[in-house]
Amino acid sequence: MPVERLPGLHDGRAGADPEQEVKRGVLLTTLDRAVSWARKQSMWPVTFGLACCAIEMMATGAGDYDLSRWGMELFRASPRQADLMIVAGRVSQKMAPVLRTVYDQMPEPKWVISMGVCASAGGMFTNYAIVQGVDTIVPVDVYVPGCPPKPEMLMYGILRLHEKVRTQGRIR
Amino acid sequence: MRPEELAVRLQGRVPDVTVARGETTLVVDRTQLPAVLEELRTDGELAFDFLSSVTATDWPGRVPRYWVSYELGSTRHHHRLRVKVGLAEDDARLPSVTSLFPTADWHERETFDLYGIVFDDHPHLSRILLPDGWEGHPLRKTEELGGVDTRYKGAFVPPVDRRTT
Repeated sequence: MPVERLPGLHDGRAGADPEQEVKRGVLLTTLDRAVSWARKQSMWPVTFGLACCAIEMMATGAGDYDLSRWGMELFRASPRQADLMIVAGRVSQKMAPVLRTVYDQMPEPKWVISMGVCASAGGMFTNYAIVQGVDTIVPVDVYVPGCPPKPEMLMYGILRLHEKVRTQGRIR
Repeated sequence: MRPEELAVRLQGRVPDVTVARGETTLVVDRTQLPAVLEELRTDGELAFDFLSSVTATDWPGRVPRYWVSYELGSTRHHHRLRVKVGLAEDDARLPSVTSLFPTADWHERETFDLYGIVFDDHPHLSRILLPDGWEGHPLRKTEELGGVDTRYKGAFVPPVDRRTT
């Protein structure tokens, strides 16, 4: 965001002009952009690790990869406090209603990352037990391929989502 | 007891006893099953006090089509035994052993869920792994392979390889 740099801002010698005083230290932007920026800066994911992808998700949140660089290290146990759902792993048919309920309980605005090929399209589990793509039950913003994806891949997906939130966010 | 000793010990009680690859297998009729399991459990020399698994196998085109197997273990003597019951295709039911082994409850429900084998006198024989409204028994060999439709709250989405768009 552009910051209008004015002389005398940091050196303690404030000017006498009232207009200059008003401009001093004021950020000018649209409300849309400000809110989108705030949303992007600290997304809180809901805990939804389902299979081996969850191990990579935990590694992404832990020290080496450190999701807290984007204010995301806090995986909430309650969907009421989360705005991002990382579906990490295969979703069984019996888990599908649970997943949808958790999604419905998240407050708007909310986003979904489908992590790994199982969540995205069923993967190797083309059988009766597994939902063939989590996008059949919840809307998905970013698909991360891989089996399982490396933490770098998940981070890339998260950054793509950040970009989406920053540029396409609208206040409703 | 070693597997061969087990077989010798059991031959007097049940005629069909085999030892293969160090495993003893007992084949009984479904009417005898509860009595045989109870005897295996209460006999002090055998003491099969642990039912580690109940499962089934499906052999379409053969008679009998289904085999239900009970994997028994003894925590006192550290020996193991398998008890098998053959079931006909059109009459796949046998008595429940939940009164003898409480752990059989969920195992029998799973066998019912995935193979459609009915356990008479089970306290609550319902689906355990699949959703309640499921149709069919997916581990039967006659069931179709591949992904299934996602059916949820009125939605009806076919698996990936059968989607047109």
